[in-house]
Amino acid sequence: MTAAIEFRGVSRIYGEVRAVDDVSFVIEPGEFFAMLGPSGSGKTSCLRLVAGFDTPDRGQVLLDGADVSDVPPYDRNVNTVFQDYALFPHMTVLQNVAYGPRVRGIAQPEREQSAREMLELVQLAAQGGRRPSQLSGGQRQRVALARALINHPKVLLLDEPLGALDLKLREEMQIELKSLQKKLGITFVYVTHDQGEALSMADRVAVFNKGRIEQLAAPRELYLRPATAFVARFVGSANVASAALAAKLGAEARAFAVRAENITVHGESAATPADTISAPGAVVAVQFHGAASRWQIQLDSGEVWSALVPEDEARRLNGINVGARVRLCWPRGAGVALNEAPGA
Amino acid sequence: MRYRGDRPSWLIRGGAFAGLAFMHIPVLVIILYAFTTEDRTYQFPPPGLTLRWFDAAFARSDIWHSLTLSLAIAACATVIALVLGTLAAFALARSSFRGKDALTVMFVLPIALPGIVTGIALLAAMKLGRIEPSFLTIVAGHATFCLVIVYNNVVARLRRLPSNWVEASMDLGASGTQTLRYVLLPQVATAFLAGGMLAFALSFDEIIVTIFTAGNERTLPIWFFNELFRPRDRPITNVVAVIVIAVTLLPIVLAYYLTRPDDEHETAH
Amino acid sequence: MRAASTFFWRRPYWYLALLLVPPLLWFGTVYLGSLFALLAQSFYAIDDFTAQIVREPTLATYAQLVTQPANVDIVLRTVTMAIAVTITCAVIALPIATYMARYASGRMKALFYVGVMLPMWTSYLVKVYAWRLLLAKEGIIAWFVGKLGLTGVLETLLASPGIGGPSLSSSYIGMFLVFVYMWLPFMILPMAAALERVPGSLLQASADLGARPSQTFRNVVLPLAIPGIAAGSVFTFSLTLGDYIIPSVVGAPGYFIGMMVYVQQGTAGNIPLAAAFSVVPIVLIFVYLSIAKRFGAFDAL
Repeated sequence: MTAAIEFRGVSRIYGEVRAVDDVSFVIEPGEFFAMLGPSGSGKTSCLRLVAGFDTPDRGQVLLDGADVSDVPPYDRNVNTVFQDYALFPHMTVLQNVAYGPRVRGIAQPEREQSAREMLELVQLAAQGGRRPSQLSGGQRQRVALARALINHPKVLLLDEPLGALDLKLREEMQIELKSLQKKLGITFVYVTHDQGEALSMADRVAVFNKGRIEQLAAPRELYLRPATAFVARFVGSANVASAALAAKLGAEARAFAVRAENITVHGESAATPADTISAPGAVVAVQFHGAASRWQIQLDSGEVWSALVPEDEARRLNGINVGARVRLCWPRGAGVALNEAPGA
Repeated sequence: MRYRGDRPSWLIRGGAFAGLAFMHIPVLVIILYAFTTEDRTYQFPPPGLTLRWFDAAFARSDIWHSLTLSLAIAACATVIALVLGTLAAFALARSSFRGKDALTVMFVLPIALPGIVTGIALLAAMKLGRIEPSFLTIVAGHATFCLVIVYNNVVARLRRLPSNWVEASMDLGASGTQTLRYVLLPQVATAFLAGGMLAFALSFDEIIVTIFTAGNERTLPIWFFNELFRPRDRPITNVVAVIVIAVTLLPIVLAYYLTRPDDEHETAH
Repeated sequence: MRAASTFFWRRPYWYLALLLVPPLLWFGTVYLGSLFALLAQSFYAIDDFTAQIVREPTLATYAQLVTQPANVDIVLRTVTMAIAVTITCAVIALPIATYMARYASGRMKALFYVGVMLPMWTSYLVKVYAWRLLLAKEGIIAWFVGKLGLTGVLETLLASPGIGGPSLSSSYIGMFLVFVYMWLPFMILPMAAALERVPGSLLQASADLGARPSQTFRNVVLPLAIPGIAAGSVFTFSLTLGDYIIPSVVGAPGYFIGMMVYVQQGTAGNIPLAAAFSVVPIVLIFVYLSIAKRFGAFDAL
């Protein structure tokens, strides 16, 4: 099966800055693919290369197996939902949605009918005659979605579409978008800096950092087996130990990461469970989060690690306050070996 | 001094209103004088009010000639300015290339340098090239700074457009020309019109550069300028002043209202 | 049509060229060409005997400009007037701009803004003419002065050298009044814009720390208004420097740069000297711009 999208050695350079640095990957048809990373990591640049707003300086971008560097955005079977929606204020909602068919020469009655159907799909059937400025943020987002989908593109690109919405709305939209994608069966490429979003919605996630992909895997894999220190910190904020620290603690001399929920906190002189690695340190802060508390401990070697202590465990730690000396323990197998990858 | 919160002192308030009044009195006086019955001196207060100077003015053929000439020049200069200014605005609004800064500065020069420099420069060029002053030379001079006015208006509007509208339009399947027609032009239309109206008003009222490029042609401002030194026919001059105010003020006011950011039509975020 | 679009999408520089060539062509020939012609002319000289322009490069005309005391006088006179006008405009504009930017709100503010812009939009010649009426011997100002019993004061003012003249409508004072009036909006608007940008929280912080309103004004508002003053002053300075209509209509016998340019190219036919004279404001304005830039004028424009 030909890949829906393929990047082959793509680079995009602005003067000194390598926005995209020799990136290669494949997106399968029908996939919900997320591109995750901090701002400036190259994920949006890659998105723009797929859409056609930019052309690579090196390498090739292929859509459905064909090189598209020469193909302008309006000839690609790809549509975009922009971060700020980019709705045309001088047109009504219906006219916005009907824009795609209009510029392809479809007659007014038919394109209005299609537009109405699209608006039904996103549950905005009643808003057709209003102007974008009269709608709420969430409604505008759906209009942008409808407008992008009316052309039945093979690939839908979404550039941090939920960033401007409040938490509750965002969570609702995440569920809606996921079910929409399943229903339509088209490839979604979703750019976000929110790892929670990426993990909950995507089939596969590419983690970007400084123009390169540090790891491309399914969400579970990223979480349980991060490949580099950057991925470990960015996805789920794991605690990261350098190779030197590893050696000092008596583990294998390789950088590794441990998730906060795998770490237990013990008094300095308390006995530690068998078959664990432990590190001494002092308590910096304790944050109550309801079902669990997050304990921040500064290790003797200087790093600040966090441990997630469930409420029923917390009783055992009564009396240990900020500044007290403690030991952190985790099972030997809980440490995930990391590659000394670039951008750590 | 008792603290009265963020209230202005009487000094500031008084100064502000006095200053504002100062700025309006002279023109109001002129308009008043267009109706005075006295025709020899500037007696104040005017002895009486009448409309007969308006009739007298409109009966004068030299006034009509100058008026039509000025209108024609303004029309031609505006058309040229609209075309060239808009082209330049589209080119410079969002692009970046070597020499762009230099071009931007260059486009500001006709307004930044005093009118007399433009005037004498054009004259110098005409002498060097042995070109005789004529209708065309006047239009050429006017079109040059009218171009800048149009450019400023259109470029400001283009820069306020979110950059991803063009991308969104192309993403949805519209070619460059379709994007221009359906997305850009409707947005730029007001700035385009406003620029045109400002250019028209500017050309109609122009005296400084025109004196150098006019030769024997007498535009309305030139007619007016000559009349400034004649003691007779003053009331008629006042009437012409009122006409000039009307013809130049109206387009400018309209242009101002057109270019004020209109929230409904500008934002969609 | 679509094919043409795609053609240009692939070659953005061609698109740019297509757009830029017509305006640049026009601009280059008509405007820049003229400026070069002006510069060229200033390096020519007029032959004293034939009164024809000798087209050979020489610095004689510039020498004439700089060495003849009459010419130097003209430049000095113009610059002095420009500076005086600038300072006065700044002082008068301050209360207006402050009120507009900080204290007026809603309809009053809109009224002020339109009120300041309306005179600015009114025809230049009409305004000059209006002042001629006002300043005339039988005009409003004379009538007003008479009513206040200050006619004697007016006469002494007019008699004093350097600021007076034969009558109010042909004196330095008259000219000065007209200049101030004409350029006032150009000083008010940048000032108001700069003052508007002062966040209200700064004033509250100042009051919170114990400053009285006048102290806040002096220590917080005024310094922040300086870029606006600088920007406005660029206008008042360069506009006064290059003007020739106002000195001829309301002016005293002494010549100003603008008038000199006009006169030289007219009857005297001495274009090189006129050109040389007009280079002076260009140079002065450049110098002034670089000074004003240091005070932040460019950010306030």
